[in-house]
Amino acid sequence: MTPGWELVIGLEVHCELKTSTKLFCGCPNMFGDEPNTNVCPVCLGLPGSLPVINQRAVELAMAIGTALNCEIRPSTFHRKNYFYPDQAKDYQISQYDEPINVNGHLDLPDGSRVGIERAHMEEDTGKTTHAGSSGRIHGSDYSLVDYNRSGVPLVEIVSAPDMRSSAQARAYASELRAVLVASGASDGKMEEGSMRVDANVSVRRSPDDPFGTRCEIKNLNSVRSLGRAIDYEADRQIALLEAGESVIQQTRHWDEDAGRTVTLRSKEEAYDYRYFLEPDLVPLVPDAEWIRAVADTMGPMPAVRRSELIGLLGGPDVVTEAQADQIATVVDLGLDGLVIAAIASGVGSGLALARTANEAATHAEAARHLDPESYVALLTMEAAGELTATQSKTVLAELLAAGGGDPAAIASAKGFEAMSEDSLAAMVAEVVAAHPDEWSRFCDGDDGDRKKLTGFFTGLVMKATRGQADGKAVAAELQRLRG
Amino acid sequence: MTSPRPAYNLANAVRSGARSALDVAEEHLSAIEAGDGGIHAFNLVTADLARQQAMAVDRTVADGGNPGLLAGVPVALKDNLCTRGVPTTCSSRMLAGWCPPYDATVVTRLREAGAVVLGKTNMDEFAMGSSTETSATGPTRNPHDTSRVPGGSSGGSAAAVAAGFAPLALGSDTGGSIRQPAALCGVVGMKPTYGTVSRYGLVAFASSLDQIGPFARTVGDAALLFDVIGGHDPCDSTSLNRPTPRVLSVLDDGVAGLTIGVVTEFLDGAAPDVVARVRAAADALAAAGARVEEVSVPEVRFGLSAYYLIAPGEASSNLARYDGVRYGLRVDAEDTAAMNAATRSTGFGAEVKRRIMLGTYVLSAGYMDAYYNQALRVRTRIIEGFATAYDRYDVLLGPTAPTTAFALGEKTGDPLAMYLSDVCTIPSNLAGHPAISVPFGAGDDGLPVGVQLLGPALSEGTIMKTAAVVEDAAPGLPVSALGVAV
Repeated sequence: MTPGWELVIGLEVHCELKTSTKLFCGCPNMFGDEPNTNVCPVCLGLPGSLPVINQRAVELAMAIGTALNCEIRPSTFHRKNYFYPDQAKDYQISQYDEPINVNGHLDLPDGSRVGIERAHMEEDTGKTTHAGSSGRIHGSDYSLVDYNRSGVPLVEIVSAPDMRSSAQARAYASELRAVLVASGASDGKMEEGSMRVDANVSVRRSPDDPFGTRCEIKNLNSVRSLGRAIDYEADRQIALLEAGESVIQQTRHWDEDAGRTVTLRSKEEAYDYRYFLEPDLVPLVPDAEWIRAVADTMGPMPAVRRSELIGLLGGPDVVTEAQADQIATVVDLGLDGLVIAAIASGVGSGLALARTANEAATHAEAARHLDPESYVALLTMEAAGELTATQSKTVLAELLAAGGGDPAAIASAKGFEAMSEDSLAAMVAEVVAAHPDEWSRFCDGDDGDRKKLTGFFTGLVMKATRGQADGKAVAAELQRLRG
Repeated sequence: MTSPRPAYNLANAVRSGARSALDVAEEHLSAIEAGDGGIHAFNLVTADLARQQAMAVDRTVADGGNPGLLAGVPVALKDNLCTRGVPTTCSSRMLAGWCPPYDATVVTRLREAGAVVLGKTNMDEFAMGSSTETSATGPTRNPHDTSRVPGGSSGGSAAAVAAGFAPLALGSDTGGSIRQPAALCGVVGMKPTYGTVSRYGLVAFASSLDQIGPFARTVGDAALLFDVIGGHDPCDSTSLNRPTPRVLSVLDDGVAGLTIGVVTEFLDGAAPDVVARVRAAADALAAAGARVEEVSVPEVRFGLSAYYLIAPGEASSNLARYDGVRYGLRVDAEDTAAMNAATRSTGFGAEVKRRIMLGTYVLSAGYMDAYYNQALRVRTRIIEGFATAYDRYDVLLGPTAPTTAFALGEKTGDPLAMYLSDVCTIPSNLAGHPAISVPFGAGDDGLPVGVQLLGPALSEGTIMKTAAVVEDAAPGLPVSALGVAV
């Protein structure tokens, strides 16, 4: 950040709700099907068709509101009128001045709090593909429209302009994503477009100044692009202002390859959406009982779950940065239950966290459905030295593939038995005797040599024992032999 | 006294096996064949479909089953009601030949009740008009005098019933589009309470005002048709989820003990011969035991102004979807926006374009509060004005239209004069209330006059039993040009 300037960021996040059907009709809400197969008169906007609100979508919207500490209120739908081929009715049904969720906040891991102005419901559009040379609408030969996405339920979450750096904006997007997933409302996949982020960026000389003129940046397909785009845009605006020019309010497109933002349309070209109350729908008035029922079905949010794990590991003072990342990973993936179960059964917290974050996390979907007892039994065997780390990982892969099972049975079927201390010592001695040069360098070399050669000898022992040896035990035996 | 029920009797005859539904259908198809050339009530006659449906009804009867309340009764459908696989055009070039892949809820209910669909009737384009002259398929003529309009926008349905082509028809009423043509054609037409009849499958004009309703020769038959099409529909979010009034059973209860107000504001703008008929109807109600008084409901004077802001506002949005992308007309051009513009310029007629432009304007940033939102405030005042009146009156009475049927072409050059023919019907749409037009003799020109009975929400039973009394006292109407006695 250029010294002498403050950055002001607000984010608008569109999140597709994980309902089985669309917002206003019974068509499947499915990503990736054959174009125009999940359509009906309603989501195609055929003459005479009428929308009927999906109750499950309302519940997920309320779940988001609850997770973001919002006030959940009676709400209405409006029509946002504009012509576009992928907009089946040439208007979008969206909540406008009376949204379902208002006045919330999201606390970030660094302790900062970002205000949530609103989180409102609306329908998604179809998807247009421009065929021809450029891939953009200009210069294309023809366009194809797929209405499978038309009418998919969205919640748009509008933050207050509370963020002051691209890092904070990235942290907000990551935390929001975790909260959306944890609340069950969305799968939060930015790359598939089920979570889409627009950033409003402005700069000012001092926190006491009024907000500067903002630009809205679209086409941010990852948390990383979000950070890059904000930094680019801030620099662009600061350069303009320092050159005595002014920032023009406009919508800008992030070009990932070129690493810059380009003008999409300016304020003068902004649409007049002619919002008016949607006469085909009636107000949504969720009663307190319904709101409570939705809240009751929700588990704790990621921040609470991270704190719990930090506590189990001995508190924030002893948790390393690497462990904090592992904790965030297992919570984001919904695997914290496995870690907690393992620690509760006496498995060391470090092992429980590391195995879950590094191994189980690579097959998160299977791990979420894994029987925790099998998982705990496996880690208990590993902790007791009955399985080496390598063997443990192999058995885990089997458990994940099968959704559970008896790790002892799998280990014995694979011929995994921890080597006795005697046979391990004998094997190490055999390998050392076969490589006298390496052994003398191990004994007389510096720490670097020793580290390298530990790996060398361990590898040989592993090979000879087909992975049955415990790497740590081999290293200890080498040290003992060196004396 | 009992309101005559020719359609009801016809259904009974078919159910009992005394008449064949196919014979009934053939009779009506022949009447259309012989007479519609000079009337143009129909955009499309679905003769084959009608015969199939009639034969199915006959088979059900032969098998000892009950084909339903409307067994074998022919029905004409306004051409803005979606019919699966059957063109639904709204009398617009925009939708010429468009076949919906689904049936409107009312069409499903008719089919389930054993009705036989004769075809799709002419209308003002997208229901925008009061004379059926804005139709892209040419005007419908009034069966009582073919130099006159049938009214609109449901002119084809009104004319079909008046000409004896169909005993029953469905129309839609956004500002009077059932009642005004019913009055001008000398038949009964009813606009139900908003939310009692599903709008699913009714091509929208102004969603907060549109309601589907019945046309019939008599109040009894209109009640029968309303009972068939009414009731909750989960496909329409504005459909009332509560028991819909069943009308047929209360129709003969009479008006003794009812208090009826004659609305002075409705009389003010009406022609003297029309006012005379309304006063005669009031006298008939008094003679039948109702207490009849004059009442002022000043708010209704603003109905027309509010309507011509609200209805076009909603229409400008409802008609945006006709963009050439998915269905209907497409006029190709160099890019998408130009294609949209070329399609809409070609596909829509002048009145539709006028209302889209008006509606777009009143919803625009900077103008919305002065026009659209002000109209909504007026709408609320009208509802309050009616509420005050209904504290004291069970039913309100007035003319349906200010004049009898006017000449073809007489008002096409003057939109405001045309709009004024709905001045008495619009307030009920703005309030969401039911209202019915019943023929009550003729004006000085020998053409039918309709009187209108209005009531609060869900008062269909009350206004229709009142209408039955008016009908019973009505002088005979002139015989239509086709020789059909009404």
